[in-house]
Amino acid sequence: MLSDGVIITSALIYMGVLFGIAYYGDQRADAGRSIIANPYIYTLSLAIYCTAWTFYGSVGLAATRGVDFLPIYLGPTLMAVLFWLVLRRIVRITKTHRITSIADFVASRYGKSGLLAGMVTVIVVIGILPYISIQLKAIATSFSLLRQYPQVAMPAFSTQQPFWADTTFLVALVLIVFAILFGTRHIDTTERHEGMVTAVAFESLFKLVVFVLVGLVVTFGMFDGPGALFQQAAARPDLATLMRFEVVPGGYGGWLSLTFLSMMAFLFLPRQFQVLVVENVNEAHIRKATWLFPLYLFAINLFVLPIALGGRLTFTSGEVDADMFVLGLPMALHKPDLALLVFLGGLSAATSMILFETVALSTMLCNDVVIPILLRLNPRWLAGRADWSGLLLGIRRAGIAAIILLGYLYFRFVGESYALVASGLISFAAAAQFAPPILIGLYWKRANRRGALLGLSGGFLVWAYTLLLPAMARSGWISVSFVDHGPFGLELLKPYALFGLRDMDPYMHAVFWSMLANVGGLVFGSMLTRTDAIEQVQGSEFVNILERERHDGDSLLWRGVVETAELYDLLARFIGPPRATEAFDRYARDHGGYPLSADSRLIHYTERLLAGAIGAASARVMISSIVMGEVLSIEEVMTILDESTQVIEYSRRLEQKSGELEAASAELREANHRLRELDRLKNEFISTVTHELRTPLTSIRAFSEILLANPDMDVEQRSKFLGIIVRESERLTRLINQVLDMAKMDSGRTEWRIENLDLRALIQDAISSTSQLFHDKAVTLRENLGELPVQITGDHDRLTQVVINLLSNAVKFCPEQTGEVLIWLRHTTDCWRIEVIDNGPGIARDQHKLVFEKFHQVNDRLAGKPKGTGLGLPISQKIVEHHGGRIWVESEIGQGATFIVELPGQA
Amino acid sequence: MANKILVVDDEPNIVLSLEFLMKQAGFQVRTASDGEAALTAVAAEPPDLVLLDVMMPRKNGYEVCQAIRANPDWKGVRIIMLTAKGREVEREKGLALGADDYITKPFSTKEVVERVRELLAEAG
Repeated sequence: MLSDGVIITSALIYMGVLFGIAYYGDQRADAGRSIIANPYIYTLSLAIYCTAWTFYGSVGLAATRGVDFLPIYLGPTLMAVLFWLVLRRIVRITKTHRITSIADFVASRYGKSGLLAGMVTVIVVIGILPYISIQLKAIATSFSLLRQYPQVAMPAFSTQQPFWADTTFLVALVLIVFAILFGTRHIDTTERHEGMVTAVAFESLFKLVVFVLVGLVVTFGMFDGPGALFQQAAARPDLATLMRFEVVPGGYGGWLSLTFLSMMAFLFLPRQFQVLVVENVNEAHIRKATWLFPLYLFAINLFVLPIALGGRLTFTSGEVDADMFVLGLPMALHKPDLALLVFLGGLSAATSMILFETVALSTMLCNDVVIPILLRLNPRWLAGRADWSGLLLGIRRAGIAAIILLGYLYFRFVGESYALVASGLISFAAAAQFAPPILIGLYWKRANRRGALLGLSGGFLVWAYTLLLPAMARSGWISVSFVDHGPFGLELLKPYALFGLRDMDPYMHAVFWSMLANVGGLVFGSMLTRTDAIEQVQGSEFVNILERERHDGDSLLWRGVVETAELYDLLARFIGPPRATEAFDRYARDHGGYPLSADSRLIHYTERLLAGAIGAASARVMISSIVMGEVLSIEEVMTILDESTQVIEYSRRLEQKSGELEAASAELREANHRLRELDRLKNEFISTVTHELRTPLTSIRAFSEILLANPDMDVEQRSKFLGIIVRESERLTRLINQVLDMAKMDSGRTEWRIENLDLRALIQDAISSTSQLFHDKAVTLRENLGELPVQITGDHDRLTQVVINLLSNAVKFCPEQTGEVLIWLRHTTDCWRIEVIDNGPGIARDQHKLVFEKFHQVNDRLAGKPKGTGLGLPISQKIVEHHGGRIWVESEIGQGATFIVELPGQA
Repeated sequence: MANKILVVDDEPNIVLSLEFLMKQAGFQVRTASDGEAALTAVAAEPPDLVLLDVMMPRKNGYEVCQAIRANPDWKGVRIIMLTAKGREVEREKGLALGADDYITKPFSTKEVVERVRELLAEAG
């Protein structure tokens, strides 16, 4: 037997335990040994997403629409994948700017706009009422069902009943007390609630265990395992369809819109924002939650379908509401203890949602609606108050009570006729309205306040028109003809088929139109209106949060003068003297004391702290009320910003310029160095050429003078001297020609006559030109040139010059009589190769490269014979290289020398 | 007693022409075609005068000049540098190293013979 006493006592004990856990968590936090500083608590606290809707409603939905319950969990799973990209950014911004709520976030992004904060708050409060109502409904229904045990019958609710006799109303009252006890014990500058987070984590674990327990009992206790269960269900045609995807209304579009809705709701429902962002203590926890949280969702969804099918198989149609299968099945099994656990599980899922939601909402209501209104009505009276924390707590408590009561009213007058999930989705769609201003605002700097206001109001109005009004119409508050035929019979304005967009799932329809209005308003509003300075500052701070070091852009906005003591008093009023003292001490530590007259940095610091207590927009108003001299005008801020940007830009350009100059001067140095080297080489060349020209000239002049002075010289000597004169003259001519050749090649002015030629014939020509040299010295020349013509392209005369040069060098160094030279033409891989091999004295290895340098001469002492010009091989090298080939020597002292030329060409 | 002249140059034709000129002038002539051969010849029998080319393989003219001046036994050896590099620096350098005179190639045969005679007359 389960008497009311047993149920209520258990519920109170359970709540007491939760409260104890919360208290313990707060104690630990105060002692500096935070219990929530680990990723597992963080992940479990995210499971606040799974409310009574999940606990009872998923089964309800699965029982009628099969796998249709899944998108609600697919959304958060997808969002978890994006955590590191999106959530981390939001968390970083929130910490940097001491943001305390989603309204605060939106307002901060768009220039600390009080209007925007108020609007977000109003949207959230209205949007969230259906959601709160379903929690109340779930608690009340489960309580009413459970107290009739062992009988399993849906309790009859009636709106005729006065509200004081309504169980739901009593539940609401109890929750108000708990929410106030839990959530508003003191005012914190960061608005974090470690105790509550700890309790939520416990609660998440509890509801998961209970749900899985029911799943196991149903699957294995009532039926013989999942196989048997699914077999029985498949035998019933009406249940078989539940296990297929066909049942989804609106098809895949419906799935898509539900997934999108739950993705957005998972981030932007006030309580979700609270646990995900505001209560996050360490960005690293996000990484773990990315995979751990989807795991939790998987676990809690595992038994949804089995329980739903079990319920359908156990109860006759209409006997028990499908939303209550989770509780009804243990009762039908006569397991009162399990039923009681289920009740507590559902209770804890609902209460934790209501607690966090209302605490977050009441903070927003207080900071963004009530305080600004009070400030506007009577700023002097407020500024003069010594202690604000009492007033703030009072406002918040009233806010909590108001929100829960409004939730009850919605339940009583609208929501009762709706299933849990249907009401929940209306709230989801409301929360999704914050996605455009937040997400677009995170990545697009130009999004501005007017755009956000336009988008949000547009989206909200469409939401109200397409979801809220029809819900009210269904409940009889407005004529149903409004839904069926449109207002005033205007078919185009039918809330479920706006502008003729019919045959769509209502949620998808609402998502489509509201997002169109919202995003469109934001984008066009931002593009068409002017963006204020503070919006620009905040916009770029938000967008660049991950890239940029802390940069107090908005501290520029304060120019006025205020006594530091005044700032302190203001802060102490809101957060209490101990915390204010602590904060100022910290500032002094970090900045080496604080000035008597506060500078913009200290004012800004105080503003941030104050923002933690009363929201960015209100904090701004409070600070400007005591700072003498106004806030800088927009134009002034723009000027300051522009100037500093210009200075930065200027110095950046200077830096770049000096870098360029440095590079240029390095280049110049290099060029100069090269020029000097070239100049040195040129001088050396000229000096060498002069020397080389003077040498034959010396012989010519000397012998000419000798011959002139000795007319009676004997014929033999005379002709010997004349012979020397002739040869030295030839040498001089050759030298002059080669120097000119060399100079032309060096400067690239040589004319090349490239044609097809027969390399073999060319070599034979060269051989016959040099045959006299060989004959004179009695040097044998052997040739191995193959039988066939060798076709290549090249300059005929120049290549002949090369071969002649090599042959005459060879003959010059060969010993007389025994000298032997071999010229060999053959094809290698892809070259024609000419080798000139002699049996002369050979060339030392260290000379192999030097012989190709200008005027480098290997010693040859052949009396009476003029030396070479020292330019033959360098010129040959230039010619060969011009043809894309190469020339080198292989030799050892005493082993003869082999000069090798390779010219590209195919066989 | 004819004066002994050592002609040093790596250009055989120049050596030939100088040899002819010096012999015609009545001197006793020996030749060398590089720096080391020149020093060997000097060591074998110090000449009265050396006609010394500058640019030569294996010890250039400056080195030979220095080596001769470094040996007190060869104090009486006159040195005339012959160079095909006509720059004033070369001349200065040669004189600084202890050469007695300096002739630029291509030279006038008359001048060479006169200079040699003058130097030998100075030396007595």
